[in-house]
Amino acid sequence: MEQHSHIALPKGSIEKTTTTLNIGPTHPATHGVFQNIMEVDGERVVSTEQTVGYIHRAFEKLAERRPLYQITPITDRLNYCSSPINNMGWHITCERFLKVELPKRVDYLRVIIMELARISDHLICNSIVGVDTGAYTGFLYVMQYRELIYEIYEEVCGSRLTTNIGRIGGFERNFTNTAFTKLEKFLNEYPKVLREFENLFARNRIFMERTQGTGGISAQRAMNYGFTGPNLRAAGVDYDVRVQQPYSSYQDFDFKVPVGTTGDNYDRFLVRNAEMYESISIIKQAYQKVQSFKGAEAEVYHADVPAYYLPKKEDVYTKMEALIWHFKIIMGEIDLPKGQIYSAVEGGNGELGFYLVSDGGRTPFRLHFRRPCFIYYQAFEELIKGGMLSDAVVTMSSLNLIAGELDA
Amino acid sequence: MALSNEYIQEKLVEKFNDQVFQFSTDSGILSFESSTEINLKVLQFLYDEPSLGFTFLTDLCGVNYPDHSGAELVVVYHLHNFIENIRIRYSISVPEAKPDVFTATKLFESANWMERETYDFFGINFIGHPNLKRILNVDEMDYFPLRKEFPLEDQTRIDKDDEMFGRG
Repeated sequence: MEQHSHIALPKGSIEKTTTTLNIGPTHPATHGVFQNIMEVDGERVVSTEQTVGYIHRAFEKLAERRPLYQITPITDRLNYCSSPINNMGWHITCERFLKVELPKRVDYLRVIIMELARISDHLICNSIVGVDTGAYTGFLYVMQYRELIYEIYEEVCGSRLTTNIGRIGGFERNFTNTAFTKLEKFLNEYPKVLREFENLFARNRIFMERTQGTGGISAQRAMNYGFTGPNLRAAGVDYDVRVQQPYSSYQDFDFKVPVGTTGDNYDRFLVRNAEMYESISIIKQAYQKVQSFKGAEAEVYHADVPAYYLPKKEDVYTKMEALIWHFKIIMGEIDLPKGQIYSAVEGGNGELGFYLVSDGGRTPFRLHFRRPCFIYYQAFEELIKGGMLSDAVVTMSSLNLIAGELDA
Repeated sequence: MALSNEYIQEKLVEKFNDQVFQFSTDSGILSFESSTEINLKVLQFLYDEPSLGFTFLTDLCGVNYPDHSGAELVVVYHLHNFIENIRIRYSISVPEAKPDVFTATKLFESANWMERETYDFFGINFIGHPNLKRILNVDEMDYFPLRKEFPLEDQTRIDKDDEMFGRG
């Protein structure tokens, strides 16, 4: 007995009738770094304690020493499945705070990028739900089309996953013809694939049996738990920031907000699926609008905000004003106005909010990210309690939990 | 009837008189403060009053103003009325010496983790919270990192051993 004394078993753990099961921090079922301490009775989940914080990177503290443009790469790392939405959300917050008016073309280009990001986000989530229910094929198949989206990002900003796309006031450079060609290729090929993907799951007997009636939540509980985005819409509340508080000229577009009824895994799948079709339609409309600009207007890709938008390099070398602005921006010499703002965009997972408090210094006095994931993950226990362990895994993936968004 | 900022302010003042103050409209959102001890009453009133209906807690976070003596820590609530599509910002302040605030978890389940996060980073003690412990930082931490007194690393320091970071 003596030699085993270093194993400190919790009191009563021999006598109890349930099993404690650790899922995570790194487990194939968590798709990210977070832990679930589950109490299971056979295959039934009795209770669970979700633990987050394994990749906390102190973004809010870091942001207190960074000028606005240096915060953009931080936002990449929140929901890294749809970084461009985070980037744009941050730019839009800054622009609203600094009262910068954007040209329409910039708005439409942003809409294209944001909707592409939404598609890539939903694509991952839905195909991962497929993987967790036992259908790996769909996941591997649609990866090719996420690749097409990433190629468009690459053409626009030079990087793929953590994009740092755009600047305060617009984009760092105009979209090239190659970018538009790649966009056309995506718009041509993707809808067909999405249809195939949908056929693989939506009326698939096994998939329906696995997802219907599991992980469900009522609209009222979902609101009380602070759900937003597709997860709230699956429960039947048609709240979409793009419609309620339009940003980046979303009011110019015609699209539907799909809603579910039961808020279960199946409805979440269907809502995300329907949203991808809407996103394709929005991208098509935006692309049409972008093409309708002619002459000098077709070359506009940023607003005139010298204090925040870096001047062209050739101007920096030849013109004094440009050189001054360049140094002021790079050195972070520009003081912000005093005040505070809360601004939100519809991220892949829901309302991604930025609460910025400025005391008139060069950096934010306080910056808080409202991460939708972090808020709705609290409901996980209520969603899975009494259900099967294998359903809990599906629920976890259908909530689209992104570890980067759980921990700021 | 469209809900306006003026109406909300009128309703609040009618109910709480001089216990609610500092009304201002910052970029379209009505902000106001109240005395700390009535925070739950204010939230409950905003939730229950049919003509207000702020039933969605968008965000809850802390802010630290080290210069505001006696009110160093601030808790900020962002509330949303989905039907009227209007947001408000409500804040209360507490002294660093006694950072006690009543928890909103009875009203909003979503407040649970947001309050834990605020406790984790600012050390605000939410009275009545069912599980007030650190959430993002390690349990053994003995300071509250988002308070201004906690410094960021000096960017000019040269005593770092680069070999540790594979740059040696």
